[in-house]
Amino acid sequence: MTPAAPLALLAELTHRCPLRCPYCSNPMALARAAAEMTTEEWARIFREAAALGCLQVHLSGGEPTARRDIVEITAAARTAGLYTNLITAGVLLDAGLVERLKAAGLDHVQLSVQDAQEGGAERIGGMKGAHARKAMAARLVRAAGLPLTLNAVVHRQNLQNLPELIALALEWNAARIEVAHVQYYGWALENRDALLPTREQLDTATAIVKAARAEHLGRLVIDYVVPDYHASRPKPCMGGWGQRFLAIAPGGEVLPCHAAQSITGMVFANARDQPLAAIWADDPAFQVFRGTGWMPAPCRGCEHAERDWGGCRCQAFALTGDAAATDPACALSPHHHLLAEALAEAGSESFLYREFSARR
Amino acid sequence: MTPRFAPGVRLQHDQARDRWIVMAPERMFIPDEIALEVLRLIDGERDEIAIVETLAEKFAAPAPVIAADVRTMLDDLINRGAIVK
Repeated sequence: MTPAAPLALLAELTHRCPLRCPYCSNPMALARAAAEMTTEEWARIFREAAALGCLQVHLSGGEPTARRDIVEITAAARTAGLYTNLITAGVLLDAGLVERLKAAGLDHVQLSVQDAQEGGAERIGGMKGAHARKAMAARLVRAAGLPLTLNAVVHRQNLQNLPELIALALEWNAARIEVAHVQYYGWALENRDALLPTREQLDTATAIVKAARAEHLGRLVIDYVVPDYHASRPKPCMGGWGQRFLAIAPGGEVLPCHAAQSITGMVFANARDQPLAAIWADDPAFQVFRGTGWMPAPCRGCEHAERDWGGCRCQAFALTGDAAATDPACALSPHHHLLAEALAEAGSESFLYREFSARR
Repeated sequence: MTPRFAPGVRLQHDQARDRWIVMAPERMFIPDEIALEVLRLIDGERDEIAIVETLAEKFAAPAPVIAADVRTMLDDLINRGAIVK
């Protein structure tokens, strides 16, 4: 049976980035510049993705503007008919580049922010001077008439500043803020003790988001991604494995989820040498967890099976060593106790920063 | 009021699925048939009254009924950030 077409493509153009966030969603083993695909390879992939049914592309990284051909890549995505979203740390943007991106057809900018104030933001992001450059980037993006979303990744060490982060979105004239609790694989899992929020922090944050949504209705949209270590039901990760979404790594590996390379032993097809449509339809890495046929107990036959799709495969692997296990975030999982144990142990302050050659 | 699409929002034909879709920053909405009729009339020129009149004529329906539907729909899209006044 042919699977339904994907809706969105995450294009990880590079793993290079001037920031060193300890919850980076890139894999622990980062791709070097020499492994990155060319402008022409990305342009072909965008045409294939659009023909396959993708509507939106997220130009991401690493830092996508670290690529000298980011304007050409943006133009190629727009020419292919894709809605183009730039996911950036903002520190490499200047007025000329923003204008060229806009002229290339860029539709939207998502700007990350690590904390509400300079000191905290630069300790977490691991880059001096980053916060002021982000404020400048926000001004340039809005001056160019591009819509702006602020992406605030929140955790134990900055949740106390959530009201100020929401105020920052208003101050920087964003129409939207994504308040995203850290998800724990790869770098974030390494730093879990320093990042996991307490139950009290989570409940306070949820109440703040609820109140701010009402207060700023019609002015600021607030998206909220909850952390599942305090949950009793898992998240419907990616809307189901291989059902709506695909990611492509800098070297062309085609992934059902941007964190899928954290599942050791999985092999991924490469968009450099196979058509995207064939990979989406037939590649074993996509087929293995597609639908419900792969599910073990307690997912098999569960009334939630087609609602949460068994949760997150990467989290199941990270916590149990078995990517086909029920996500431990589910209260029905025999491994659910692992989350409470992790929460009880959390409380460290120091980070392992993202590096190309970090010592574990 | 004269509704228009917010920056970064547009109505686009989804060729692979043969349907219309509202593309927005990191989101997309699939409008129902009635919403689509309204969205197609949003051009930054027509005001709400003109949209209601056009639809009332097209569907031979009483303007007050159409007006209420249009208002509800626009309020929803404004709250979701897709439309601005």
